[in-house]
Amino acid sequence: MGDQPTPEEIPPSDEEREGLLARLSESLGEILVDSHLRPHEDLWLRVRAQNWQDAARAAKAAGFAYFGFLSAIDWHIAPEGRYEDTEFDAGLDEEDDEPVELDASTGYAGGDTRFQLLMQLYSLDRQLGLLIKADLGEDMTVDTLRDVFPGADWHERETHEMFGITFHGHPTLHPLYLPTDFEGHPLRKDFPLLARQVKPWPGVVDIEEIPEHLEAQLEAEVMAAFEAEEGGA
Amino acid sequence: MTATSDREQMAYVAAQAADARVNVELDTGDMTLNIGPQHPATHGTLRIACRLDGEQIIVAEPIMGYMHRGYEKLCEVRTYPQCTTLINRIDWLGSFANEVPFILAAERLMEVEAPPRAQWIRTILFELSRIANLSLFLGDMGVQIGALTPVFFAFRDRERVLNQIEEVTGGRFHPNFDRIGGLKDDIPKGWVDETRSVMVKMRTFCDEMEDLLVGNEIFQARCRGVGVIPADVALGHGLSGANLRASGVDWDLRRDANPGLAWDQIDWRVWTHPDGDSFARYWVRLQETREATRIVDQLLDGIPSGPIMAKVPRIIKVPAGEAYISTENPLGEMGYYIVSKGDLGPFRVKIRTPSFNNISVVPWVMKGVYVPDVITILGSLYFILGDIDR
Repeated sequence: MGDQPTPEEIPPSDEEREGLLARLSESLGEILVDSHLRPHEDLWLRVRAQNWQDAARAAKAAGFAYFGFLSAIDWHIAPEGRYEDTEFDAGLDEEDDEPVELDASTGYAGGDTRFQLLMQLYSLDRQLGLLIKADLGEDMTVDTLRDVFPGADWHERETHEMFGITFHGHPTLHPLYLPTDFEGHPLRKDFPLLARQVKPWPGVVDIEEIPEHLEAQLEAEVMAAFEAEEGGA
Repeated sequence: MTATSDREQMAYVAAQAADARVNVELDTGDMTLNIGPQHPATHGTLRIACRLDGEQIIVAEPIMGYMHRGYEKLCEVRTYPQCTTLINRIDWLGSFANEVPFILAAERLMEVEAPPRAQWIRTILFELSRIANLSLFLGDMGVQIGALTPVFFAFRDRERVLNQIEEVTGGRFHPNFDRIGGLKDDIPKGWVDETRSVMVKMRTFCDEMEDLLVGNEIFQARCRGVGVIPADVALGHGLSGANLRASGVDWDLRRDANPGLAWDQIDWRVWTHPDGDSFARYWVRLQETREATRIVDQLLDGIPSGPIMAKVPRIIKVPAGEAYISTENPLGEMGYYIVSKGDLGPFRVKIRTPSFNNISVVPWVMKGVYVPDVITILGSLYFILGDIDR
C-alpha cells in the first residue's frame, strides 16, 4: 500500500468511466433519465426523483460506498441579480462593453425543474467519483437516504433548511444551522441577501489607476530599482 | 440524652430504609449535560447535548450553527478572485489548503493550467499548511487528556512553519495567495534553505510528541479502544482524512484522485492503522505530519524553473459548466462543486468540508461511552468549527 502507481499502470479513465456508465445504465434501467460524461473528469447521472433511493442503492451495489455530499441546486435566476450596482460588477468589460450573457441551460445531464438534487459518491476500488442528480417536482419531496448512507442525515437536514426540500422518512428534519424561528430558505435564489442590498458593495475595481502626476515618478523609481538589481546580479 | 438516642434511632431507621430502596431499585433518572458551546475540546463553539444515565451517554446530539456564516450564499454574489478571501476562513488552521481546490475547479472550467513551478509551490504550501494544522493537533490532544507540556511544544514549533508561510504569502493564517492560473508571487530568496531547516525541526517535534504521548501509559489507557469506528461506518458517514485511514481504509486523495498537483512526482506513502480508535487517529496524524515533512523536502529539491502564472484575462469570466474538485486537506476531503453560468462569479458553490462529515459520526460513536471519553473522542476526531459551520 502507498506505492505510487506509475502512469503506465493507470488505465485511461475514459474507458473506465464509459464502462461504468454502461454498467450503471443497465442496472438503473428506466430510472436513469440522462447522463453526461466529461472524459478524465467526472460522470453525471440524472435519475428520477421518485427512485432517488433506488438509484443510491444501485450505486452502492456497484461499489460506490463512500458518501461524499448531498445538496441541491436552484436553477432559478436570482430576481435581484447579483446585487451589482457598478459597471465593473455588472460585467461590463471596459474593452468590449457587452454585458455578460448568462448561460440558460440547466447544467450537465440537463434538468427540467427549478430545483435539482445533487449527490456525490466515490468508489474506492475504481478510484472514481460519481455525481447523481434528480429533478424535484412541485411537491419538493424525496425519499431519505439515511438507510443507505447514514452520513446523508445531516446533509439532508442542511438541504431541508436551506432549500425547503422535504426528505420523506427523515425523523429529525429540524434546523441544523439556522435558529429555530428562522423563516425562509436562504440558499434559494429568491431569498434576498439583505446585507448586500442595504449597503453597497465596496469592492468595485481591483486595479486602481495611478494618478497622472505620480505616474512618471513611479516609473522612474521602478526603472531605478530594476537597474540596481541588474547591476547587482 | 433521650433526644439524642431518638435522633440516632431515627437516623438508623432512615438509613436502613435508604439501603432497602437502593437494594430494591436504583433509579438514577436521565440527566442532560451540555458539553460546550465554550469548551476547549470543541475548537470553537460546538455544543454537544448529552443525555446521561449515570456516567454513560445515552444520546449525544451535536448542536451547531453558532458560527454559520453562509459562505455558499456569499460566494454567489462575489467574483471568483473575491471568493478566495472567504474560503481562507473555512479551516483557519490550514487556510492555504482551502484555496487550492476552489482555484483548481475554476481552472478546470476555464481550461487553464497553472505552470509546473506554480503547481510545485502550491503543493509545498499545501503541505506546509498540513504540518501547521496537524502539529497543533498533536499537542492539543495531550491537553484534552491532561498533559499540558505537548501543547507548548506544538505552539512553539507551529510558529516556525507559519513564519515560512508568512514569508511567502504575507499572511500567517489567511494567505489569499492562490490565483486562477498560478500564484500571486514567487518564493523569496533563501526561503528553500530556511524551510529545509524548519522541516528538520518539525521532525524533531514529531519525535518529541512520540516520546511524550504515544509511549505514555496514561495516554494509551485513555485512547486505546475508545471511540472505535469500523470501516463501513466510516465510509457510510463519509469520514475522510486521518479519521478514515485510522479505520484501516487505504484512501488518500493525494494519491488516488490527484487533481494535478505535484504529489505524483515524488516518493511518499499513505499511513493507515487498523484499529479505528482514538489512539489510531492520533498515530496516523503523527505519521502524516512526519510524511509531510519528507514530502516538502523532496519538493524543495525539485522545484522546476519557469513562470508562476499562466496567461489569464485581467477580468476573469468562467465559462458555463460544472466541476467538482476535492483535495486531501489537513482535516480530510475538502471539495468545491462549482456551477458557472459564464459570469464573473459562481452561480452556485457547494462547499464539501471534511469536519461536517467527520462530526456527523458523533451521535453514532458516542452512544454508550463514558463522560471522560467524550473529550478524547472529540479531540481525536479533530475538527475545526469554521470547517463545520462554513
